[in-house]
Amino acid sequence: MSLRRTLLTTRRILEQLRHDPRTLALLLLVPTALMGLLAWSLTNRPGAFDSVGPKLLGVFPLIVMFLVTSVITLRERTVGTLERLFTLPLTKADFVAGYAIAFGALALVQSVLVSVLSYSWYGLAHQGVPWRISAVALCAGLLGTAFGLALSAVAHTEFQAVQFMPAFILPQLLLCGLVIPVSQLPSALRAVAKVLPMTAAVHAINPLQSNQYYVGQFAILLAYIFAALVAGASTIRRVTK
Amino acid sequence: MDSSDHSTFDVSNLRVVRSGHEILKSISFRAAPGELIGLLGPSGSGKSTLMRSLLGVQAITDGSARIMNCAAGSRSLRGKLGYMAQSAAVYLDLTVEENIRYFTGVLAQGPSEVARVMDVVALTPFADRLVASLSGGERARVSLGVALVGSPPVLILDEPTVGLDPILRRDLWHTFDDLAKSGATVIVSSHVMDEAARCARLLLLRDGALLFDGTPASLLAASKASGYDEAFERLIEGDR
Repeated sequence: MSLRRTLLTTRRILEQLRHDPRTLALLLLVPTALMGLLAWSLTNRPGAFDSVGPKLLGVFPLIVMFLVTSVITLRERTVGTLERLFTLPLTKADFVAGYAIAFGALALVQSVLVSVLSYSWYGLAHQGVPWRISAVALCAGLLGTAFGLALSAVAHTEFQAVQFMPAFILPQLLLCGLVIPVSQLPSALRAVAKVLPMTAAVHAINPLQSNQYYVGQFAILLAYIFAALVAGASTIRRVTK
Repeated sequence: MDSSDHSTFDVSNLRVVRSGHEILKSISFRAAPGELIGLLGPSGSGKSTLMRSLLGVQAITDGSARIMNCAAGSRSLRGKLGYMAQSAAVYLDLTVEENIRYFTGVLAQGPSEVARVMDVVALTPFADRLVASLSGGERARVSLGVALVGSPPVLILDEPTVGLDPILRRDLWHTFDDLAKSGATVIVSSHVMDEAARCARLLLLRDGALLFDGTPASLLAASKASGYDEAFERLIEGDR
């Protein structure tokens, strides 16, 4: 693995996005607007936005980065740039890390934008620590990227890649504590929900927990990121059978 | 068998079976540095698969393919084989220059290489254009430019002249000729038989088998044909 080739790849991906201002705007502005819509819709229920809003800060980056990464890497496969890269001195680790850094950076910008607006304009009065919210958003973004990389190997068309979103994200969304607290789920579902990455992201934003609790949630997130990146790298084949 | 120290390609009894279909049937040939080889055959004859086997991105079922004394796909070959795929495998959402700069960086070449390559493929005036806004022929030239980065000793070009205007096609063949004269081994595929005349040596492929290996003149002489299409027809009929 080479840091130079990884960063070259990161730069190339960011250049691609720079030439696609519409995608970039959607990536950064849609979560911000959705959060504003949520705040507005909960105006008549004092305190509701303070409890639901922060949880979404861990959900948005996961969904958005998952979609963007799975489509853009699928394009690399179908257009043939990936095959070309494999005739060159670029390793799978360079490739995967290049993507992770590019989209990790974007997730960070996205989360800062959303949380700054939430705390100022949208009137969020959450007792969480701002840096931890950014850390969760970064992890969620990386997780989305890592899963996107892995799943782009399974999807054969961009249409299929987009269809993986409801299959992969929606179950987690239902179980992560947004709809109903995890503690009130049937016991079998509760056991599953507790080890899902999105649940860990939502829990890591909860205010006023012990340090040990946060360490546990971040450990789950990091383990998933690592496992998904390894899976992503291993689904990329240099040689066609 | 004598030592293959000087061969660029040493392919022996190469067979490729993909999902139950035999794509290549026992192909053998060798090539030396400085050769300009035309790989001709109808579409579906296995040209791309043969090229991808040489590049190491297609698994080989039987036999062997060695490039510069290394098994195809060896780590040490990465970056020494310039490859242009049939589809323009470049980033459509980057400019011409950004594309070439990225691949130049991956190959650890200096910034002057970007300008050199754009000049060779006559794309300097298009440097700041997005590849998506270019015509098919211009995209093909971007792809060729990427293959030329770092002046690799081997060039594997899959149908580089398809759909190009005749002047451009002639210029590209001059470029291939120059590259071969400078010592590179250049293998160019085409399904247009008339391009045979441009090569010093021809490999004719049909249904995954090598029908002919020799000079264009000897192909015409052997088949007593007046043109390359006719020569190919007679070769197929003789093969039956």
